[in-house]
Amino acid sequence: MTKNELGIVETKYFTCCEPPHEIVLKSGDKLGNITLAYETYGTLQEDKSNAILILHALTGDAHAAGWHEGDKKPGWWDTMIGPGKAFDTDKYFIICSNVIGGCQGSTGPSSVDPKTKKPYGLTFPTITIQDMVAAQKLLIDHLGIKKLLNVAGGSMGGLQAIQWPIQFPDCVASSIVIATNYRHSAQQIALHEVGRRAIMADPNWNGGDYYGKTIPASGLALSRMIGHITYMSDELMDEKFGRKLIAKEKKASGFSPQFEVQNYLKYRGDSFVQRFDANSYLYITKAVDLYDLEEEGTVMDAFKNVHAKFLLISFSSDWLYPSYQLKELLKAIKANDIDVSDVVINTKYGHDAFLVETKGQKKAVSSFLERAYKITRGKR
Amino acid sequence: MTFKENKGIRLDYKVIMDLIEPQSRILDLGCGDGELLCLLQDKKFCRVEGIEINEESVYKCLEKELTVCHEDINVALANYPNHRFDYVILNESIQEVLQLKKTILETLRIGKQVIVGVPNFCQLFARLQLFFKGKVPVTQELPHQWYDTPNLRFFSLKDFRNFCRESQITIVKERDLGLSREVHFLPNILAHFGVFVLKK
Repeated sequence: MTKNELGIVETKYFTCCEPPHEIVLKSGDKLGNITLAYETYGTLQEDKSNAILILHALTGDAHAAGWHEGDKKPGWWDTMIGPGKAFDTDKYFIICSNVIGGCQGSTGPSSVDPKTKKPYGLTFPTITIQDMVAAQKLLIDHLGIKKLLNVAGGSMGGLQAIQWPIQFPDCVASSIVIATNYRHSAQQIALHEVGRRAIMADPNWNGGDYYGKTIPASGLALSRMIGHITYMSDELMDEKFGRKLIAKEKKASGFSPQFEVQNYLKYRGDSFVQRFDANSYLYITKAVDLYDLEEEGTVMDAFKNVHAKFLLISFSSDWLYPSYQLKELLKAIKANDIDVSDVVINTKYGHDAFLVETKGQKKAVSSFLERAYKITRGKR
Repeated sequence: MTFKENKGIRLDYKVIMDLIEPQSRILDLGCGDGELLCLLQDKKFCRVEGIEINEESVYKCLEKELTVCHEDINVALANYPNHRFDYVILNESIQEVLQLKKTILETLRIGKQVIVGVPNFCQLFARLQLFFKGKVPVTQELPHQWYDTPNLRFFSLKDFRNFCRESQITIVKERDLGLSREVHFLPNILAHFGVFVLKK
């Protein structure tokens, strides 16, 4: 273990809301019990004022940083979280939990329904971003934390970072919102829809009832392939693959992959199937599509009672969540006279930049957190 | 502009600080690395924020723990309601602004007063170069060659005063600067820089 590494970390599990104390979801449906998979890094101070909640993207999980025993690669945001990194575990206590509706340790459609003793499948209730946040709040309460120093996330995690200070205004001091939108545009819904259709068109999907049988692997892989195209920029794809061929000779039989980009997408799709549940993909993409800050008035009204400070980060080549969408959010936050900073990072990495473009993000995040930390401790 | 520093503070910053009431609310348009904002925050106890178009400068502002938005002045102003700020600062930025009149009127909408710092392109050295050499001047105020200048406009302190009069903008105060001290005599010829406090 080197100086900047967290070393081996472990996933923990928190279970609550056992019947008859089920959580009431936004839809009005009840869900219980609920298990949340989570990890923590760093040390919680005695006054519990240094806690940061990291919010993962669509297919992310609780394993944000460090290594699991036997892992080939570290957690998904290991470049940003660790000793001396942007989310400095020498200073802050970092929590990351898998969302409800997920399939990586938290309760979701692949979990067993305590009533029927069978996996929920499509009997699982509709999940929203608000429900994900409500469940995370239960975890934070369980950890004895009254107020988070910061919440931070990109993409779907960014939606939760927007929602947290709105839903629990007194429980968050600051929020970092990265590469997201405050309501999905028609294009964003459309891209999710083709992903969902790919799964549902797979005969093995079987109306969501495939647990213990053949899984809809080809449909799920296809939806992941579509997703991956939207996460990369044109420039990056061209640089990475161009028109490079798999084999030297250009003769491929029939329609088997010929170009490297085809192979790459196939690899991405196939490896995704190993770790993700198709029904979870349907539920979570729907949660993202449903999120709309203008549901009950203007986006400005949504921030009326908010007093957290914000940092908004977007990326120049992200065509899935273009910068102008966060600029609209910036405008709404400013209209409420809330302290907000923003930066558009110039990068070729597209939407994936929030995972890989750490140079600019690190500078912005560490400075912003430092300030939030000082303000909480009354040093400014 | 390259001002000589007086006790470690640039002359234009010193004059601007002088013009600002303590504990005011400030927006600096084109705030660069945030030096002036830091001074106003620490020494004048102002509540400050900045707008800056250069990404690296935005990081420097954040590092100084300032509130800053990475935006173009030409589009950022619409985000603010009327009279949000006590002062809006446009120091050494208007010569690069596209729609000058529109921008200044917008700043006067969101700020109770506006402080504008402008280089004097008709300072004596420029006049001499133009007259004797017959060349477009390259001076302190105009350090760039004509073919690679970022400046969209070239004007004198007198031009700016006339512009304010014609636009029905009141000049509350004017301070004229040399490179190391203020100028009190024939500013349109001798001053390198002017600082104006404007009001609608």
